[in-house]
Amino acid sequence: MTFEIGKLLTASTVAATLMASSAMADTELRMMWYNDGIEGEVMQTLLARFEEANPDISVTLDVVPYKSIIESLPIQLAAGAGPDLARVTDLGGLSEHYLDLSPYISDPAYWEASFGPFLDWLAPGSDQISGFMTQLTVTGPYVNKTLFEQAEVAMPGAGATWDDWATAVNEVAGKLDIPIPMAWDRSGHRVSGPAIAMGAQMFNAAGEPALVDDGLKLMTQRLYDWHQDGTMSKELWGSVSGSTYLGANEDFANAQVVMYMSGSWQIPQFADKIGDAFDWWAVPAPCGDAACTGMPGGAALVAMKDTQHPEEVGKLMDFLAQEETLAEFYGKTLFIPGHLKLATGGVDFATEDPRAKHALETFSGAVPNISPIAFDLQGYKNNRVLFNALISRLNEAIVGEMTLEQAYARMEDDVAKQLAEKERE
Amino acid sequence: MSDASTDRMSVMDRLTALAAWPVQALFKVLDYPLSAIQRLIGTHRMPWIFLLPNLAFFGVFVVIPLFINFAFSLTGGTELFLGNRVYTGTEQYGFLLECETFGDPVTCREDRFWKGIYNTAVFIFFQVSFLVLFSLITALILNRKIRARGFFRAVFFFPVLLSPVVVALIWKWILLRDGILNAFLVSMGLDKILFFVSPEWSMFWAVFVSIWANMGFYTLILLAGLQAIQPDLYEAAEMDGTSRERVFWRITLPLLWPNLLVVVVLALIKGVQIFDEVFVLTGGGPGTATQFIVQYIYNTGFTEQVQNFGLASAASVVLGVVLFVLTMTQLAATRARDHG
Amino acid sequence: MLTARRGQGALHWSDVFTYVYLLFGVLLMFGPVIWLVMSSFKTPAGLVEFPPTFLPLGQVEVPVEGYDEPLLLFDVTMEDGTTRQLAQVRRIGIISQMVDPANPGDTIKVPIDQRTKVREFRMAVENYVDPLERFNFVQYLQNSVVVTVAATLVTLLINSMAAYGLSIYEFRGRNAIMLFVIGTLMIPITVILVPVYLVVTQLGMINSLWAVILPGAATPTGVFLLRQYMLTIPKDLIEAARMDNASEWAIYSKVVLPLAMPAIAVLAIFSIMWRWNEFLWPLIVLNRSEVYTLQVGLNAFQGELDVQWHYILAMTVVTLIPVVVVFAFLQKFITTGIASSGMK
Repeated sequence: MTFEIGKLLTASTVAATLMASSAMADTELRMMWYNDGIEGEVMQTLLARFEEANPDISVTLDVVPYKSIIESLPIQLAAGAGPDLARVTDLGGLSEHYLDLSPYISDPAYWEASFGPFLDWLAPGSDQISGFMTQLTVTGPYVNKTLFEQAEVAMPGAGATWDDWATAVNEVAGKLDIPIPMAWDRSGHRVSGPAIAMGAQMFNAAGEPALVDDGLKLMTQRLYDWHQDGTMSKELWGSVSGSTYLGANEDFANAQVVMYMSGSWQIPQFADKIGDAFDWWAVPAPCGDAACTGMPGGAALVAMKDTQHPEEVGKLMDFLAQEETLAEFYGKTLFIPGHLKLATGGVDFATEDPRAKHALETFSGAVPNISPIAFDLQGYKNNRVLFNALISRLNEAIVGEMTLEQAYARMEDDVAKQLAEKERE
Repeated sequence: MSDASTDRMSVMDRLTALAAWPVQALFKVLDYPLSAIQRLIGTHRMPWIFLLPNLAFFGVFVVIPLFINFAFSLTGGTELFLGNRVYTGTEQYGFLLECETFGDPVTCREDRFWKGIYNTAVFIFFQVSFLVLFSLITALILNRKIRARGFFRAVFFFPVLLSPVVVALIWKWILLRDGILNAFLVSMGLDKILFFVSPEWSMFWAVFVSIWANMGFYTLILLAGLQAIQPDLYEAAEMDGTSRERVFWRITLPLLWPNLLVVVVLALIKGVQIFDEVFVLTGGGPGTATQFIVQYIYNTGFTEQVQNFGLASAASVVLGVVLFVLTMTQLAATRARDHG
Repeated sequence: MLTARRGQGALHWSDVFTYVYLLFGVLLMFGPVIWLVMSSFKTPAGLVEFPPTFLPLGQVEVPVEGYDEPLLLFDVTMEDGTTRQLAQVRRIGIISQMVDPANPGDTIKVPIDQRTKVREFRMAVENYVDPLERFNFVQYLQNSVVVTVAATLVTLLINSMAAYGLSIYEFRGRNAIMLFVIGTLMIPITVILVPVYLVVTQLGMINSLWAVILPGAATPTGVFLLRQYMLTIPKDLIEAARMDNASEWAIYSKVVLPLAMPAIAVLAIFSIMWRWNEFLWPLIVLNRSEVYTLQVGLNAFQGELDVQWHYILAMTVVTLIPVVVVFAFLQKFITTGIASSGMK
């Protein structure tokens, strides 16, 4: 116990000293950050290294709850009181506040070559360079392989459809008395991948968002039916309202779930929490009528245009975006690299866990198969409007507050209303 | 002949005196300018000076934002600064009130707004009635001659000190599928209940948790009222041989009535504003079963990707009108009591 | 308490009801919090167990010769029905490879459903230490304390002044002001969040602790509470002081304030509680970590994709501690103070 208190005191003293020393530096940069796992600590080590190499610049990492990034950051940026850099997930939505780093970085060509397609996500419709992906994420399912073995049910292989999987997990759950055969994160982003696999186009011929079409309905109908027949448990999606996010990681980690539709960001967490309690196994994206795809995504570190120190920000970005630095970052955090060269190999993931390694391979390998519609959807700057409308109205249908048909009508209404509000001049 | 308690008291007194010294010094210094002002404007105008700081704070941090809020409700678009927004007149209010049939939220344009109103009405109906009931019972019990009365009073007041987020987390933890309440049910041979999947149970727990967290405060108000009743009234009744039940209905309740009214109206006002606790406890779910009106305002203005300040402000103005009516009722009731 | 009886000698039904109610009340009010504290010391694995154990338990690990790390200990039902205690080397699929700690030579293969964990009482203190280490706890604590103390002092001063003005004097417009003050009670903070943010931005207070101290200082409840109490102060005292040529300010500070101490104590306690627990507003207006209050800082580990109950529970307990301390020492003030300030 004393050892821990000692550590605590030391940490606080160190932090206080850092505060003091940073107060003496010439330029102070503020980076707004949120954490899923240990990436804050990894970033902190990188920042310390940067500060050593650049003694006149100090960088402070302001760690906030994710809720702040989604709700408070837009307001702060609009009011001109935002940070110099931030880790954001609403890549296109905040793009009006991003800084064009091109004049401040040493080699824009390197950035284009390494981060190409992802830069478009950050700057829809323009070719400015604003930042890089702290991680690329791919959505896809995990299964509890140990349960399949115990139930002596064969796992569907590559090319299996969602219906195949539904049958298989129900069989396993029935035999072993598992409460939740299938669980999905409660998120429109998660539903989009399989919807696109079923043929959803997401956009109409004119490139405008058209959420509800036959492909989408094929997938939402399945989700609805699964909730009614017990394949998916209503306590996950049914227990909150609106577009509130709810993951099933706790339940999956406790072997209450046979198959969990989530994504690659769970890898570090599962490696840590589940360890080898059971074989958590990433499987390839199940197929639909049109494709076998998940949704890409991720968070990016971007520079803000209201910063008072664009040159220093540029220097910091250059440092962090170097191949070796990123390789180290991705390696320690177990994130899929958002760097084209590193994505094909070159990151030494800091894990011995065979499950984590397999998962990283599976998800990295899924990237080439991601449907172009999925890429476009991720790059569309108002995609959250679509995701929120999708999940919140689908949910209301699932809990019986309205019929599916009404939900579809409402989805389209919601999207139209919100886009109209945004377009007001 | 000094005993321990006197020593302790003098230490406390000395400490208080020590702490009070800078405060007293400050007040002494302030006396000079303020006396000068008094000589200038006359004693009868002094109340305004005393009110000035408070009113200034209200003005800057409450009144001006209220006007800004109202101004927002007349605008649309997504700009943050009022000057850059698009003027839309009463369009936002129109959106709110656009309904095919007013009884059924599903037919309204802003269905969640009406759902929120409906849910809030149901909530305050149950919450206020049971809150007053249990506060009254608890106050009556605490008014009896029981030892350690202070302790019990404190026990019931304890949850009032907790932040709404903490309250919600405590209960959420208890009510999870694998939480302790379900463990208890299973040990009695019953099935687990998934509280947060059932709309009725979610509303029940929203009401219950809100009562749990707030009852102590109202209990103390009622207790104060009970203790203000002259004991001779009770003695006289006992000498007359009046039954206990009659004493309650004929003496206690009528004399307690003004306090009860205050409790009811305060609880109503607070109840209509319910947000934090329920948001953390149920998230407004399942579906929209426990989504109350303040959550609608919060979601519309903050959590959607298009932060629709115009619509959210309009809804908040509507809410404000409702609350204004409630507050007026309280004032009328208080004045009736003061003069009656 | 055993002597509390209604009738003479025998227990009336209302007495039984009283005891039962009080007992139930204590359980209901304290029980959930105690459960919270007990749960906060459990490991994530312990938290998901069903049915939950009351005490935090952790699985026993034993050092075994020939292995670098200590191994997890299980009770195993063997094929012949006997039970042995074995340590697990690793698990592959549905078979666990185990060794007898006493004879580590042979590995025994055991199906995983034949094992149960051997556990002992263990407090997972890391639930507290990990987040506190990651964040600048001392700084956040200091900020919270500064905000709470400063805000309370400002609140006490301006609210008592306003209450004095509204209670001691009769003047035109008094009722209008009262109406106005009480009217502001009905505005939930969420409703004016953005406008107040704009005001604060214009005043240049963004990212300073003043943004959290000042906006909430003029509480209508405070004014109301103090005014009600000051109304009970006998007017003759005031008149006498005036006859002695005391200035109004002197009357306020030397006569009325000391007499109003019980109500002021109550307001102080409320103000401390409100400021300490404030979350939503500081979250929006503070985005530099050195000015975070404790509530904001401790919630920082809630990332996009993760709900870590063991940390949430532990941090909730941490924010509870000052409240409990205030409660324990000042409960007498609270309960008697409200009663005597009479909310009449």
